[in-house]
Amino acid sequence: MNRIDKCFGELKAQGKKALVTFITAGDPDMDTTVKTALEMFDKGADIIELGVPFSDPIAEGVTIQKSSLRSLKGGTTLDRIFAAVDEIRKETDKPLILMMYLNTIFVYGTEKFFSLCKEKGVDGVIVPDMPYEEREEILPEAQKYGVHNINLVSPASHDRIKRIAADSDGFLYCVSSNGVTGVRSEFKTDFDEFFGLIKENAKCPCCVGFGISSPEQAKKMSAYCDGVIVGSAIVRIMEANGVNSPKAVGEFVKSLKDAME
Amino acid sequence: MNKIGRFGEFGGQYVPETVMNAVHELEEAYDKYKDDPDFKAELAALYRDYANRPSMLYYAKHMTEDLGGAKVYIKREDLNHTGAHKINNVLGQILLAKRMGKKRIIAETGAGQHGVATATVCALMGLECCVYMGEEDTKRQSLNVYRMELLGAKVVPVSSGTCTLKDAINEAMRDWCTNIETTFYCIGSVMGPHPYPEMVRDFQKIVGEEIKAELMEREGKLPDCVVACVGGGSNAMGAFYDFIPDTSVRLVGAEAAGRGINTADTAATLSCGSVGIFHGMKSMFLQDKFGQIAPVYSISAGLDYPGIGPEHANLWKTGRAEYVPVTDEEAVCAFEYLSKTEGIIPAIESAHAVSAAMKIAPTMGKDQIIVINLSGRGDKDVYSVARYRGHNIENS
Repeated sequence: MNRIDKCFGELKAQGKKALVTFITAGDPDMDTTVKTALEMFDKGADIIELGVPFSDPIAEGVTIQKSSLRSLKGGTTLDRIFAAVDEIRKETDKPLILMMYLNTIFVYGTEKFFSLCKEKGVDGVIVPDMPYEEREEILPEAQKYGVHNINLVSPASHDRIKRIAADSDGFLYCVSSNGVTGVRSEFKTDFDEFFGLIKENAKCPCCVGFGISSPEQAKKMSAYCDGVIVGSAIVRIMEANGVNSPKAVGEFVKSLKDAME
Repeated sequence: MNKIGRFGEFGGQYVPETVMNAVHELEEAYDKYKDDPDFKAELAALYRDYANRPSMLYYAKHMTEDLGGAKVYIKREDLNHTGAHKINNVLGQILLAKRMGKKRIIAETGAGQHGVATATVCALMGLECCVYMGEEDTKRQSLNVYRMELLGAKVVPVSSGTCTLKDAINEAMRDWCTNIETTFYCIGSVMGPHPYPEMVRDFQKIVGEEIKAELMEREGKLPDCVVACVGGGSNAMGAFYDFIPDTSVRLVGAEAAGRGINTADTAATLSCGSVGIFHGMKSMFLQDKFGQIAPVYSISAGLDYPGIGPEHANLWKTGRAEYVPVTDEEAVCAFEYLSKTEGIIPAIESAHAVSAAMKIAPTMGKDQIIVINLSGRGDKDVYSVARYRGHNIENS
């Protein structure tokens, strides 16, 4: 059974919501990535997304753009990220997802990529520049190796939400508001309407992300769905703390988790 | 595989979910209006009265004699309003945007020609206009920045990545994601997600249609060769498209080789690139072995792009068109040559096509015809060419 499905099954049985956290792999270095990931799991993260840095991340705000560039300058490659996954897998069996741009998979070789995901223990991928209609680019290989392709929906998806929500695996990534990743002070989306349409149609758990940066927001947003995703707020802590990030990030993750309990 | 908007294996709609609905809306609107008589009449009137179409073919007598081969004709897209072919596409897209009820227009620009054309048409139509331009390009093309501001547009310098055209596109796409409900993204080339490559080509194909009609009238035959410069590839696609079924017509795209295709300082996508997925399309890109998009270089800010439109990638793959690299040095020589020989200062982008034609024409017979698509005029490039030649003139 895919670890993501197992995780949501267990959370549901306990009546809990998932906390999904994001860091860019290799920022500031891969050793810190491994330590921070393990610390986040230890302090309450249920699922971790590792960002695979791309030269031109069109769906990211400034925080993750800068983080990606720092990582690339340090020589991060997909193979080094798989090696980091090996290290994390020595310690934990919790779900890991790679968030990455389609070209990285395409150029690496789709078959080779997903076979390695399976071998190393990557449970899903989120590809922000691959819409539902282009999913065949990777779906056959992802399914062959039991890796979930996590679909996204946003408020601008409108009618498309029905079709996408009804045909998703792992979880549905619900983008909180139109725009790129990054901290938002307020949301203008009508969440009752947005999540109403999603829940009517979704056959898998739904998590909300983009712009969630505080325990208060995490608590509030988790009420609408099965989990929350926090990215840029953690990356900002890492930008400020560098190799000393694990402790600071761990404390922040604990505050998020506590607020959601 | 999604078959929509494909040219062979190339094309597609690889964009974030947030803009997917807008892409579909655009597709529907374009399908609805492209053959609509009122839309076509309004566009034709603007082409004629505002853009100064048709642009004429000029027989380059001195160049023909000097090169000693084919008769050289120059398609004067540089004489269009705003000084380049870009206006053809912008008029079409903005008319469409108005019919879609969009009030805000965003665009990316490299050399500034597409930005100027967009700012111009937005001024004409009373629409808000925001142009993203790489910070590096705002320095190289400061005249065009001021020109856009004069026209009432907001110019946003982009300081991420390599600070050039691809980064301007990244930032325009991010803006589009954020303001999707109100904003129309006016893409300047035959690139991006479907329907842009097809739509922009359709708005530019008038170039090739006019070449064909005028040559038939003046020479009673088709050209033997059509040459155009290629960055994203809109002027080339416009010049080539009507000739694709005419297999006797050789189609040649001139890519920017920068300091040479054996150096890292190049933008020659088809000479040096590989298949990838970026900026909404599967096409050919300059990238490293990990799929990171390469920083590219050319003296020309308009050709300084690491990819090429998907229809060009397919014309290249199927062999229908050929693509040749032209270095900075060759382009500057052609820039000077056309200025002195014919009294026409070409855009540095177009000078790449002139250079390619200077090599091809002498190999052709005197009874043959070569057409150069002179996509833009060179006023904007005088300073950077002077600097390239080591002359210190003031950038004002």
